[in-house]
Amino acid sequence: MSMTTAGVLFVLSLVVALVAVHKPFGDHMFRVVTGTRSSRVERGIYRLVGVDPAAEQTWGVYVRSVLAFSAVSLLFLYALQRLQNHLWLSLGFDPVVPHGAWNTAVSFVTNTNWQWYSGESTMGHLVQMAGLAVQNFVSAAVGIAVAVALVRGFARSRTGELGNFWVDLVRVTLRILLPIAVLGALALMLGGVVQNLSGGTDVTTLTGGGQTITGGPVAGQEVIKELGTNGGGFYNANSAHPFENPTAWTNWLEIFLILVIPFSLPRVFGRMVGQNRQGYAIAAVMAILALASITLTNVFELAGHGTVPQAVGAAMEGKEVRFDVSNSATFAAATTLTSTGAVNSFHDSYTALGGMMTLGNMMLGEVAPGGVGAGLYGLLILAVITVFVAGLMVGRTPEYLGKKIGAREIKFASMYFLITPALVLTGTAAAFATGNASTALNTGPHGLSEVLYAFTSASNNNGSAFAGITVNTQWWNIALGLCMLLGRFLPIIFVLALAGSLARQQPTPASEGTLPTHKPLFVGMVVGVTVVLVALTFLPALALGPLAEGL
Amino acid sequence: MRLPSWLSQHLAALRAVLVLTVLLGLAYPLALVGVGRLPGLDDRADGSLVTVGGRTVGSSLIGQSFTDADGNPVPRYFQSRPSAAGDGYDPTATAASNLGPESVVDTLAADPAESTASLLSQVCARSKAVGELDGVDGRRPYCTPDGVGAVLAVFRTDGLTGRITRVVSVNQAAPATPFVTTWQGVPVEPATPGRDYVAEGGLITPVRGDAPARSAVPADAVTAGGSGLDPHISPAYAEIQVARVARERGVDQAAIRRLVEEHTSGRSLGFLGEPAVNVLDLNLALDREFPAR
Repeated sequence: MSMTTAGVLFVLSLVVALVAVHKPFGDHMFRVVTGTRSSRVERGIYRLVGVDPAAEQTWGVYVRSVLAFSAVSLLFLYALQRLQNHLWLSLGFDPVVPHGAWNTAVSFVTNTNWQWYSGESTMGHLVQMAGLAVQNFVSAAVGIAVAVALVRGFARSRTGELGNFWVDLVRVTLRILLPIAVLGALALMLGGVVQNLSGGTDVTTLTGGGQTITGGPVAGQEVIKELGTNGGGFYNANSAHPFENPTAWTNWLEIFLILVIPFSLPRVFGRMVGQNRQGYAIAAVMAILALASITLTNVFELAGHGTVPQAVGAAMEGKEVRFDVSNSATFAAATTLTSTGAVNSFHDSYTALGGMMTLGNMMLGEVAPGGVGAGLYGLLILAVITVFVAGLMVGRTPEYLGKKIGAREIKFASMYFLITPALVLTGTAAAFATGNASTALNTGPHGLSEVLYAFTSASNNNGSAFAGITVNTQWWNIALGLCMLLGRFLPIIFVLALAGSLARQQPTPASEGTLPTHKPLFVGMVVGVTVVLVALTFLPALALGPLAEGL
Repeated sequence: MRLPSWLSQHLAALRAVLVLTVLLGLAYPLALVGVGRLPGLDDRADGSLVTVGGRTVGSSLIGQSFTDADGNPVPRYFQSRPSAAGDGYDPTATAASNLGPESVVDTLAADPAESTASLLSQVCARSKAVGELDGVDGRRPYCTPDGVGAVLAVFRTDGLTGRITRVVSVNQAAPATPFVTTWQGVPVEPATPGRDYVAEGGLITPVRGDAPARSAVPADAVTAGGSGLDPHISPAYAEIQVARVARERGVDQAAIRRLVEEHTSGRSLGFLGEPAVNVLDLNLALDREFPAR
């Protein structure tokens, strides 16, 4: 069997698995986010936290709860890193430098997991498991909670109530993320992923050299890193490291974990608004964009254009033998289509066009299928923009799911969309204007790609890196930290404001003039709007970077 | 006393962070560490360590260098891929090279130790070295016979167009002689260390040469992996090393080839991943079955 055939089967098997589980798993998530009964453990947690699980929140209170929780998380994570030398399992590492601790705290709280540091030489085991991994769980739960609140805005009418953030947070964490994490961690451990508290084992190699075999509670962190679309590796080499991703089948499992929640959430959406077909339409948009991107990334990487790949005979630099080119390209597409940012191969060494695909995936706004929760609310925003554009074309008041998209709603949606490009382009320009872009490893178009990639990754909360850039400086850590923070929470504020505004409306019954939003026509329009918006925004920057290099 | 709502919200947030940290940050990972102590799982949870005669020699999941103290390959062992982790296969500094597909111009300094090789030149040098070690043809496209990237800086009268005025082989400093003597009728000069021919306006032109598109030295032998700890090589790279290892150990090639096959893992389920040879396991088996004379 050729590598191409095996690579196609690899992708097809993922598609089959996702199609098979999206319904039962989506239904499970639906019950979790709409259920009202609490387990004993949950009641205990609500009592400890001091919240009333039956109390509903308006959008304003919901936003403030999200922000309060995230702010406290940020301070907690910052403190943990600054004090790590006084804590258990520090492995003798120094406290993390202030600008680095700020960057990492923001990075993990915002579900970005951008990493300026090398895990194995910076973070002790306690910071990894009690700091970073905890945020891997809860930042994912925050994303799902916000998405669910937006869907409640569509599903409910004449109310100010969008649910209760604390209840959503706890239920999503305990009933969705934790059980899968436990099962996934056990599977990864069977594959060889380590789970211990060792500070490293010194060995003498066969030819008499020294080597330190590192340890750590990796399996538990690895699984939630993928499932929560976080992406922050325990080790610097991330999922290319044999202790994070030892075999071809763990690689498959990790890609599956990355995609399973984002692709199952449209089912939750469909069930909550009472029309499953609306969910399928959203899933179809995600699937079309994702399959196109995965295919193109594979095609570009297998073709191996470029001087070095031609000299080598394959685009093998930065790729592991057990995954080779195709399974690496599929992972790269999956990690950038979602907000994961884990890598099993290094994108900086990709062919120019293959590397551009990873950049383009993030620029799409990570909606195909996007990060957990973030992908669904991002795509619903694009759907709102699409019905608005369609309404303008035929001269009717745009509606989506019976809710009118008026001036207020479209303002929130547009603001949401504009934040990320503004951050990416301003940040990139600032890096060059201040001379900080000179820390890029490569020069010319590839150097621009590296800087552009860094800001795109941070502002979209992806966290993957083109890597050939020294970001461990005060300027980079602060600038990218700001991009991550604003790129996460400003959109969340606009999403929840939109949800509040939708929930207050009285639904309009569908009439003959209503644009059906579950038909292929609408799916095609959303795909078109997404691609056109991205192309208009980023084509000039892409033309100077990867396109200039690859053509 | 009733707290202002912003304060009570932040106190609730603080309590939530603490409760969830205990649950997800301590109970969950430590329970998994406990599960990892179970017989059958403990070897893997500890890092699949490999022991020979009571001495731990590495991990079967982590690649290592089979070189002597000076960094030269030990010929009786199968060699691993190039590695960008520290000085090679250092698990405390895992990394990829992160060099791009058009990294083709070396930075040459007067002191060779200060020079940095482009990815292309690294590939060419590795290919030449592997070719010599294993007695196969190490030539590759875009490589010079002396093992650097075959790249010219072409200067024209009007930048991109016009008459060629000067041609420099940018990766070859004297005493090396340029890989071509003339380029479109203009004599090719060797590079002068310290000069930046790109900044001076030279058009960077990699030269394909006449080497076959598929080199006898496989792709994984001339590239660094993603982690810098790749425990595997491709079956093709193992194959070109068989003759050398057989010679060094004084056994016939068929016996070595059988061992290679035993340590080659196929695709999982027939279609996941690519076939790969675990180098440490293979070399341990060699030492067991065919100790060096």
